[in-house]
Amino acid sequence: MIMPNGKQVTLRQIRVGQSGVVLQIQGGHGLISRLYALGIRPGQRITKVSSTLMRGPVTIQVGNARVAIGFGMANKIIVELV
Amino acid sequence: MGNPNVGKSVVFSRLTGVRVIASNYPGTTVSYTRGFMKLGGERVEVIDVPGTYTLEPTTEAEEVATQMLTTGDIVINVVDATNLERNLYLTLQLFETKIPVVVALNIWDDTEHRGIHIDLDKLREFLGVPVIPTVATTGQGIKELVESIPKATSPDVPLRSRDERWAVIGNIIDHVQHITHRHHTWLERMEDASAKPAGGITLAIVVLAGSFFAVRFIGESLIRYVLDPLFNNLWAPVMLRLSNFLGGGGFLHDIVIGKIVGGEVNFLESFGLLTTGLYVPFAMVMPYIITFYLVLGLLEDAGYLPRLAVLMDTIMHRLGLHGYAIIPTLLGLGCNVPAILATRMLESKRERFIAATLISIAIPCAALQAMIFGLVGERGWQYVAIVFGTLFVVWIVLGVILNRAIKGFSPELLIEIPPYRLPSWRAVLQKLWIRVHGFLVEAIPIILGAVAVINILYAVGVFNAVANFTAPVVTGFLGLPKEAVTALAVGFLRKDVALGMLAPLALSTKQLITGSVVLAMFFPCIATFVVLLRELGGRNMLKSVGIMITAALLVGGILNLTLP
Repeated sequence: MIMPNGKQVTLRQIRVGQSGVVLQIQGGHGLISRLYALGIRPGQRITKVSSTLMRGPVTIQVGNARVAIGFGMANKIIVELV
Repeated sequence: MGNPNVGKSVVFSRLTGVRVIASNYPGTTVSYTRGFMKLGGERVEVIDVPGTYTLEPTTEAEEVATQMLTTGDIVINVVDATNLERNLYLTLQLFETKIPVVVALNIWDDTEHRGIHIDLDKLREFLGVPVIPTVATTGQGIKELVESIPKATSPDVPLRSRDERWAVIGNIIDHVQHITHRHHTWLERMEDASAKPAGGITLAIVVLAGSFFAVRFIGESLIRYVLDPLFNNLWAPVMLRLSNFLGGGGFLHDIVIGKIVGGEVNFLESFGLLTTGLYVPFAMVMPYIITFYLVLGLLEDAGYLPRLAVLMDTIMHRLGLHGYAIIPTLLGLGCNVPAILATRMLESKRERFIAATLISIAIPCAALQAMIFGLVGERGWQYVAIVFGTLFVVWIVLGVILNRAIKGFSPELLIEIPPYRLPSWRAVLQKLWIRVHGFLVEAIPIILGAVAVINILYAVGVFNAVANFTAPVVTGFLGLPKEAVTALAVGFLRKDVALGMLAPLALSTKQLITGSVVLAMFFPCIATFVVLLRELGGRNMLKSVGIMITAALLVGGILNLTLP
């Protein structure tokens, strides 16, 4: 599957092992604050580490740390694939 | 102060001694620990604040942490050296509060393994505060940390916006840290393996089975080799002597010592304040509390719990719970008391209510399980499976019902998954002490009070009256003999003893199964009752108990009708 450069997808849609740069967080002030505090913010590079079946949480690598994000939240994080 | 998972409690345990207590921040479910240390001849208080990623109030824990800051003189900012970038976010915010800071650059030993090189002098220059590399688990650097506390300062920084802070951090990292390639340690290999779903589930089963057996084994050993001998050989003679002194009978005697039969003290059946009242919490509940908290502490510090929460999250959400709720639920398999205390870690009131209710209803404690294995197992293992299977189904079905019925939603999972680390005995044992001490201080006085009350009620004849009153329901609906009601009543004190009371009743297998399930679900045992009251508050506890009684009767009735 070929992804054109600059393709924007949600965190849920990228595949395990793929990396991307966070573009936008489509959420309210509270969500944004919580994600920022964990280092998940526009410009930050992340890599998908694993996902679970059936709308379960997504685990990503942010810098040197790993964070698990609930399905609904993961859908609100827009990344650009690299 | 610092991010979660950076080793704050280990640093804390290195600074403080045995005199530590856990407290609850008033009006919240957030807890913190206080201890004392010697600083230059003076005795100063050290507070271990709950881990936070930011001072912006996004969660209750962070609000509490920010408020606690205002009461402190100096902050020791524990920073994870292997995660410098993200950790500095909090550090910069601390500078903006103008409180003097010292940075403990913890987990220093891991930086080498991971190929992370940090230029300490440059970091000190950039930050403007003392920065001490530490390895709290071995104690390295702690002495230097303590020596640097007087030199804590607050550098002059402007209030910054989020993005400005990250820009500053980016700059610092560029100049101070660089990463080279490194080998995988065995822990890291295990991590990669357990990240895959199959590996994760396998590991979960191994860990859970291991924990379960460890707890049963250690708990039972404690009871058999330490506490029972203590009570039977040391305390019983004292009680007998006191009994004679009090005249062998009479109101005071019965309240304090209870009923003594045949010159021997039976700690379970005597119902006295100093006999059953002490035996239940110390010899029956406490051993499991100790072992559970020990295992929990180990799993916690090893970093396993968040992974378990992720694994279980999908299922838990159907039940109105957060992935993390699996932990208290599993604790309940040992003893419901620490399990319900552990529901404090859940974020919303709704979750705590659902989790605690489900635990009291459907999760039988180890003692009860032992009785079930014994009594029902005699008739055949398939019947034991029916009992447990029914409870499991109840857990799921009731969870789904509560999820739909109770307004609100459960917050989504957003947690950091720390790397696997070897736990430090010091921290684990200190945490264990704090938790056990908390239980002793909180639960015991109330259990004593309840034993006294039950005794009085029994003497007055309330139990008999209740038994006669409810007989029609018990015999008609549940298909159990009238005498089973006494067993249910005793279930208020100890469920395993209550189940034992069904033994001489010559029940059919079907009746035994129904009786076991109903007993397990019905009314919490006294220790659980006390903790539920404390955690949920009066009104919610009544709701919870109402649910329990209704569900128990319903399920009992269904079993009665559907089993051959």
